[in-house]
Amino acid sequence: MKKRVTGIPDPVLRLGIVFICFIGIVLFIRIVIIPSPLKETGSQRTSAIERELSREIYFAGSDICSDCHDEESALNRSGHHKYLSCETCHGPALEHTEDSEILPSAPREREFCSQCHTYNLSRPTGFPQIFPIAHNPLDPCISCHDPHDPKTPEIPGECSACHAQIERVKIGSPHFFLRCITCHETPEGHKIQPRLVSSTKPVEREFCATCHSTESRVEDTPKIDFLIHGEDYLCWQCHYPHRPEIEK
Amino acid sequence: MKRRKFLSSLTNLTLLIISGSVVKTTLRGAVETYLTDTAGAKKRFTMGIQTQKCIGCGRCVTACKTENNVPEEPFYFRTWVEHYVVKKDDSVIVHSINGGSGEISENIKEHDVLRSFFVPKLCNHCENPPCVQVCPVGATFKTEDGIVLVDEDRCIGCSYCLQACPYGARYIRPATHIADKCTLCYHRIKKGLNPVCVEVCPTQARVFGDLESGASPLVRLKRMKNTHVLKPALNTEPKVFYTDLDGAVK
Repeated sequence: MKKRVTGIPDPVLRLGIVFICFIGIVLFIRIVIIPSPLKETGSQRTSAIERELSREIYFAGSDICSDCHDEESALNRSGHHKYLSCETCHGPALEHTEDSEILPSAPREREFCSQCHTYNLSRPTGFPQIFPIAHNPLDPCISCHDPHDPKTPEIPGECSACHAQIERVKIGSPHFFLRCITCHETPEGHKIQPRLVSSTKPVEREFCATCHSTESRVEDTPKIDFLIHGEDYLCWQCHYPHRPEIEK
Repeated sequence: MKRRKFLSSLTNLTLLIISGSVVKTTLRGAVETYLTDTAGAKKRFTMGIQTQKCIGCGRCVTACKTENNVPEEPFYFRTWVEHYVVKKDDSVIVHSINGGSGEISENIKEHDVLRSFFVPKLCNHCENPPCVQVCPVGATFKTEDGIVLVDEDRCIGCSYCLQACPYGARYIRPATHIADKCTLCYHRIKKGLNPVCVEVCPTQARVFGDLESGASPLVRLKRMKNTHVLKPALNTEPKVFYTDLDGAVK
């Protein structure tokens, strides 16, 4: 049996050594093995936030563009494209702001413009839309429209230039051969300032009765006795005039 | 006597430890208040979306992919645009071809359509984010600006958060096999830039701002328009606000 040096009972000493070893191992794992990001206990992760902040930026933001390109910028801010950022069309340009040798893209092809301006029934009313197949096919858009200040090169000749949806609905309808101005009185100013000068809509039953009443002299139209047919209602409440058949 | 001395020193030690921890928490609180006061008021960044202005061009989707190195394949998105078509028989068709950045026309007869519109979507940066709650390793967390981020060091790619997110805003990055999602372009907004989807949106359908600031465009939007959030019944308290949100939107 060993001589007791410290005066501590032997079993306590042994237990103590085991205990100290255990603490040592735990501290070793905690300090050396576990990587420092995993030791953060707060909800804020400094390392993760720093990593996010150090990510590369590609889009410079349009404010910086006007520092050099003030003419284009001023022109752009005055036209219909004033809410467009430069980089919406020209692509990411942070590299270009640091080194002017690296040029951002300048799209010339029709497909680029038509990504926004192709007719789609879901697009908001009033947003300028065209049918690329029917609208000067194969010509680049920029040959008529300046993308920094897009305007129609001439006053639209046909109503369908803006009211394409109605024109398409009318194709399959018996009213196809009626011109728009037969029913809508359209002042000349409507073509230039469509929102300020509006065209009219027929609101009275008598207007439809000129063709569709039994007394009408117009041939080949469905006739109805306006005295007994739907007397309390206006015609358009049941019949959609651009495609007149009874809505079910 | 020895026993009495031991007990009294034990009591003293306990008192010392307790008072020490109290002082520590008080000091930490004071330091935090000082830091937030000096760094300016607390911020809560988020986004407003005006659905009636969205034209479904998908410029935001492509720009987001460029800025944030999101894989090109058409099923990884941080933001995407959904195309809703409500037909006259009240059936709703929702699709998002290539995240809304590609072809949008579909064989739907115009005469059958009752109404139709686009809804851009992204992470809602919820006040009570379910993704943070379910993460088994605590990799997803909310910053003090109210933005939900993923800690790449902790994420083990178990996809629980993908299941938990009611908005489908997350995906697993195929190269690293960790969860990824919209950070509201954290690296840009902290430098005073707009998130890239807001930057490139041609119709100002997306509005970015700080909810705590009285002058931010987002607060102005919330004041002027009726705003709604997606799936409010889930109590996740989403922070992306939609104006003119249609009842058909899920």
